[in-house]
Amino acid sequence: MASYSTNEFKGGLKVMLDGDPCAIVENEFVKPGKGQAFNRVKLRNLMTGRVWERTFKSGESLEAADVLDLDMEYLYNDGEMWHFMKTDGSFEQYAVDKRALGDNEKWLKEQVAYTVTLWNDNPISVSPPNFIELEVTETDPGLKGDTAQGGSKPATLSSGAVVRVPLFINEGEVLKVDTRTGEYVSRA
Amino acid sequence: MDDWQPTASLATLRERARLLAEVRRFFAERDVLEVETPVLGHGGSTDVHLDSLSTPATTPAGQERLWLQTSPEFAMKRLLAAGSGPIFQLARCFRDGEVGSRHNLEFTMLEWYRPGFSLDALIDETEALIRTLLPAAGPRRRRRYRDLFRECLAVDPFTTPLDALRRLAGERGGLDMHDADRDGCLDLLMSLAIEPTLGREGIDVVVDYPASQAALARHATDAEGDRVAARFEVYVAGLELANGYDELVEAGEQAARFAADNAAREAAGKPAVAVDWRLIAALEAGMPEGSGVALGIDRLIQLALGKASLAEVMAFPAPRC
Repeated sequence: MASYSTNEFKGGLKVMLDGDPCAIVENEFVKPGKGQAFNRVKLRNLMTGRVWERTFKSGESLEAADVLDLDMEYLYNDGEMWHFMKTDGSFEQYAVDKRALGDNEKWLKEQVAYTVTLWNDNPISVSPPNFIELEVTETDPGLKGDTAQGGSKPATLSSGAVVRVPLFINEGEVLKVDTRTGEYVSRA
Repeated sequence: MDDWQPTASLATLRERARLLAEVRRFFAERDVLEVETPVLGHGGSTDVHLDSLSTPATTPAGQERLWLQTSPEFAMKRLLAAGSGPIFQLARCFRDGEVGSRHNLEFTMLEWYRPGFSLDALIDETEALIRTLLPAAGPRRRRRYRDLFRECLAVDPFTTPLDALRRLAGERGGLDMHDADRDGCLDLLMSLAIEPTLGREGIDVVVDYPASQAALARHATDAEGDRVAARFEVYVAGLELANGYDELVEAGEQAARFAADNAAREAAGKPAVAVDWRLIAALEAGMPEGSGVALGIDRLIQLALGKASLAEVMAFPAPRC
């Protein structure tokens, strides 16, 4: 496997650290006066999503991580695994487990394309599109006369996510939701 | 692809030219002579933490390896030994591997030498130069290297046991420092914990570095009887701007330090660098005692123009050269 030296570190580079694949977020070269040089590096652990801050002696290197981000369409859940298919026309399918899917289970909708991150050809995470359109399956009926005047209520969407929506939203409506914040954007 | 374009705006480049003109006026008013010395030399910097670039060249002597300077120090000292009197230079310097928001592979050093000046007199003049470009800078503070460590980290760089320093450096940096030497630990702690706090309210001048970090400065003794380097560094807004020495003038000591540097380079798995024997010869002939300072003018211009990175004050930084 290739490796990268600190002077090749740049945002987005995928490397192995403590046995986990990581993406470099930021790399800063620091050197005091006449002294030894170091690199302060922020890395996102792709398994946990957590950001690590580490210092390396300049010239040290890290092994490259075989990590790929691919667009895949969500197909179905078989009770244990969630199945996705590459959108490149190859019809190649990948089964994603609960650990890799994490909290994003609540944003799954069939035929929508997600970014699936593969490490050594195994799915390790799934990212939903920033905005997604989902149907309201359950919410209290809107109160008469209380239309656009502020106020909100919880609504359960077809994917299982619960979001705060304005009082005038009814069951059966399709909403546009921001998956990054989990907030209602508009009626679709 | 638009990476043919400069990273500094043309308006910034005009401001840069104006500031460089002010620097030249500053020295003209003080009767300090502007000089130009070669970028290439038969000898290079042996400093274990500086990596020099070199190039094969065809000269009257045949095929030779010439070194690109990491600072114009050696050639300028030869001029001093030749009787030049006070001199300054805006010199292009090269340091391999140094690229980042505050470093560039090649950069411009403002370096000047003052025969007969004490370190304190040169600190005053360095402050005056900085205030010429940064008129709004706050007050000057003089900070001892060891006091900074005591206040920021509750350790003493001279007396705290090495194991304790290794542990602290490892914790702060999140890396393995168990086989690091004392200076390695101090460098890391200085970079991560102390530097960012310096120059936040004005101009901070750090003095009394450990003797092991003297480079080409004389040794001295501090108030607590420890050997220190007669050297200062100037910080503004967390940026290291200048590095000044009470210059070493003894040829024998200089030759010994070059040899020790190259031994340390070899131990660290780095190639040895050819020693500048003409500098040694110049010191033997006699260089006047005095002080000299090297100031990263790109960084000072960055601060003067309120920019966030070196790239904003350079036409074409390394990635676009």
